[in-house]
Amino acid sequence: MIGIHTGGVWIANHLHKTLALREALGTLDISFYRDDFTRVGVNPQVKPSRLPLNLDNRHIILVDDVLYTGRTIRAALNEIFDYGRPAAILLAVLVDRSGRELPIQADVAGIQIDVAENQQIKLQGPEPLSLKIIDTKDVEK
Amino acid sequence: MNKTNTQLDEHGRLRHFLTIEGLNRSLLVDILNTAESFSSVTEQAVKKVPLLRGKTIVNLFFESSTRTRTTFELAAKRLSADVLNINITASATSKGETLLDTVRNLEAMHCDMFIVRHPFSGAAHFIAQHAAPHISIINAGDGRHAHPTQAMLDMFTIRRHKGDFHKLRIAIVGDIAHSRVARSQIHALNILGVEEVRVIGPKTLIPAEAHTLGVHVYHDLREGLREVDVVIMLRIQRERMEGAFLPSEHEYFHLYGLTEEKLELAKPDIIVMHPGPINRGVEIDSVVADSSRSLILQQVTHGIAIRMAVMSMAMGHSAGEVEREGS
Repeated sequence: MIGIHTGGVWIANHLHKTLALREALGTLDISFYRDDFTRVGVNPQVKPSRLPLNLDNRHIILVDDVLYTGRTIRAALNEIFDYGRPAAILLAVLVDRSGRELPIQADVAGIQIDVAENQQIKLQGPEPLSLKIIDTKDVEK
Repeated sequence: MNKTNTQLDEHGRLRHFLTIEGLNRSLLVDILNTAESFSSVTEQAVKKVPLLRGKTIVNLFFESSTRTRTTFELAAKRLSADVLNINITASATSKGETLLDTVRNLEAMHCDMFIVRHPFSGAAHFIAQHAAPHISIINAGDGRHAHPTQAMLDMFTIRRHKGDFHKLRIAIVGDIAHSRVARSQIHALNILGVEEVRVIGPKTLIPAEAHTLGVHVYHDLREGLREVDVVIMLRIQRERMEGAFLPSEHEYFHLYGLTEEKLELAKPDIIVMHPGPINRGVEIDSVVADSSRSLILQQVTHGIAIRMAVMSMAMGHSAGEVEREGS
């Protein structure tokens, strides 16, 4: 199981415990694989990605909090494939939000929510976990 | 000339990295934090990230340097960039080509960034002023003026080992007058807000108005090291002996060479740094250089992370909104 920082890791921690998985949880920070680097620049607070050294022939459950455009998952897939060739990847997300910009779908989704374009779904945590819908007009840039 | 405007884009983000002077504290801290992220990348099994894929970075070294050039090259390759090393002695410059013509020729080959080391102070600024707008310039050392990436990797090393800058006393020992490294370090330490910066050396090697840089001047090494948390040794070049600045290496070592004995008055947990390459038995004793206090080799490792940080920050600038993508 691999969680994507930051919300995906919080969810994955819970799933990992609930499913009593034996193998240690992997974590991924996709900041260096983003496709908007020239617009946004480098994020100064990137967390280290911790993955088992060899992903060859492994079955991976990739966990994220909100699936929206699909770009984060694209970046995560690229990063995973830099580490090896998995046998299969299953995508599990807490929230499936419509608005895909890439042909990427969740295999498992906790809930489907539709919100307006100017709204953002944010997972807050790590304890307690809660979902919040924010109006991006109110968010400070 | 307003140096700050040359280095930053209209959003206040790094566009060139020419000198520490004129940069503010939060930008320096951003560089350190970004380097921290890259530092964890270089410790992983997969040491590459695709950040600068497709970009061409040119090492334009008009002064010989294996170490600095190699770390820039390694940093660029870990960012997945293509690297061009221009060997100036074999190049057209020795045939009489001007600096600007060299730059224009490289621009015509669609390069994205130049890493410049040059024996004249101001060379990097000069290139930055004349290069095409999309190109970023990183100063790898110009004359006696600045060596900003060295200063940042030194700050990174200090922060990793000593934490908060505010309570620290730092001493820089050696040929301050001829050192671009010392100048950049002094600017960085003062901008980051350390308790005190000291320079220690013979009067012949310390500039006359040194205190105007925001430092306290000492000519006695033992006294200067009293209560110091970090000591940075600078290399003594052979030319100083020949130029009548120093009588001999032996006498320099006797008065200013760092030995265990001279460290007795310093704090017991003092750390020892040196930009390299070290002259054993001249500015530093082998016992000290190889001791657990010495962070000289770690400085080299940190140099890669800092250069990855600076190159990606400078390359990532562009006109446009600063928004994050949705997930």
